[in-house]
Amino acid sequence: MHFKKFIILTVSCFLLTISWAKASEECFEKTSRAIFKFNMGFDNAILEPIAKGYNKLPEPIKNGTSNFTSNIATLLSIPNHVFQGNLKEAGDATASFLINSTVGIIGLANPAEKLGLKAQKEDVGQTLGAYGFGPGCYFVLPILGPTTARDSLGMVADSFVDPFAHVTWRENELFGISGQRLDYVAVKGTTAIDFRADNETNFDSLEKNSLDLYASFKSLYLQDRENKINNSSSTENDWGNLDN
Amino acid sequence: MKKLSLILVSLFFIFSSTSFAITYSSDPKMFVSELVNDAINKLSDKSLSEDEKVNFIEDVAIENVDINALGLYTLGELRKSTDKNNLEKYQQAFEKYFLKSLTSRLTDYSSNKFEIIDAEKKSSNYTIVKSKIIASDNKPEIKIDWRIYTKNPEKPLIRDLIVEGLSLARTQKEEFSSILNSNNNDINILISKLEEFINS
Repeated sequence: MHFKKFIILTVSCFLLTISWAKASEECFEKTSRAIFKFNMGFDNAILEPIAKGYNKLPEPIKNGTSNFTSNIATLLSIPNHVFQGNLKEAGDATASFLINSTVGIIGLANPAEKLGLKAQKEDVGQTLGAYGFGPGCYFVLPILGPTTARDSLGMVADSFVDPFAHVTWRENELFGISGQRLDYVAVKGTTAIDFRADNETNFDSLEKNSLDLYASFKSLYLQDRENKINNSSSTENDWGNLDN
Repeated sequence: MKKLSLILVSLFFIFSSTSFAITYSSDPKMFVSELVNDAINKLSDKSLSEDEKVNFIEDVAIENVDINALGLYTLGELRKSTDKNNLEKYQQAFEKYFLKSLTSRLTDYSSNKFEIIDAEKKSSNYTIVKSKIIASDNKPEIKIDWRIYTKNPEKPLIRDLIVEGLSLARTQKEEFSSILNSNNNDINILISKLEEFINS
């Protein structure tokens, strides 16, 4: 138990130290590039074929799966909306989860969206960003993919904040509901397949047209996180510089 | 004389069929709307061959995208210290690279419904036109913002596409920057990588 605490503390200190670096800076580029290569191999051999098969499933099954995993992800968004002081969004997310879990048959349908309740996804990394924590340096994790010092710290914290992780990954009981680690892995795995299947054409196009695929993924990841933290889709404007 | 006029008439038809003279509205919102609708019509036209579609995309891009500025933007600060000769070599390679990657992305296009949402004038030089590809049965809605360069109000030019908040120009710039950083900012390495892609 003491050893576990020591590991968490050491990892947190390490992540906080490297979080002082800018996001465009790499923590360990050579290692990250090697891991990225491994991840691409994993994608080609396992994830992509599964995603292609998944895309051949009938639309109602795909939509149901996507709705189900999104509904579970709402559980992590609710506390993060509260931490960010976005009480309206927290209320909307809670209502969305309750409606979809009941009327929407355990989240397979999304009647909440038709009522105008769109649950925006939030995680601890975004909450830290909203509190002004910089992203820190960038690196790539095996299987999990691109991340930054802040976001990886957030990912660890997610498993403490997320009620679904509390019940499944930590195998605790909540309101009489219990689960297993396998449930957590299954839902996260399905979420990854659903995302990969949704972006099949985009991945193919990126792979085909990039001169440095690692750098493209890095740029897209950092832009996406920036937008999610700012809750906007406007990109930084450094074009003015060109006209001077 | 008859022969000469026959040649001239033939030449006129050859050029008019291979090159599309495409001009769209000077109002940024209308410009994007007309351009996209024209592209949707052409790319979903089953009577056109792949080569004709490629020619169309290239003509539209050359005429309506500020490829020169895009090339300079993606080069970053290095554009200021690069000599004229190398910059010219880079611009030529960039244009070919841009057109090749654009045509490979668009020729297998399947028709979607497109809608202009709004336009926001950022400065005298820039207007952001907000649009979306409407969700279909198996595809979600996609928001696309167009950065339109309006320095010449009579001739708007596309400088960037921001798809769901992800800027294509910025992604390209950061990709080139990574190549340059790992090669001592040697522009010739970047040019050779572009040429490698063009000839692949």
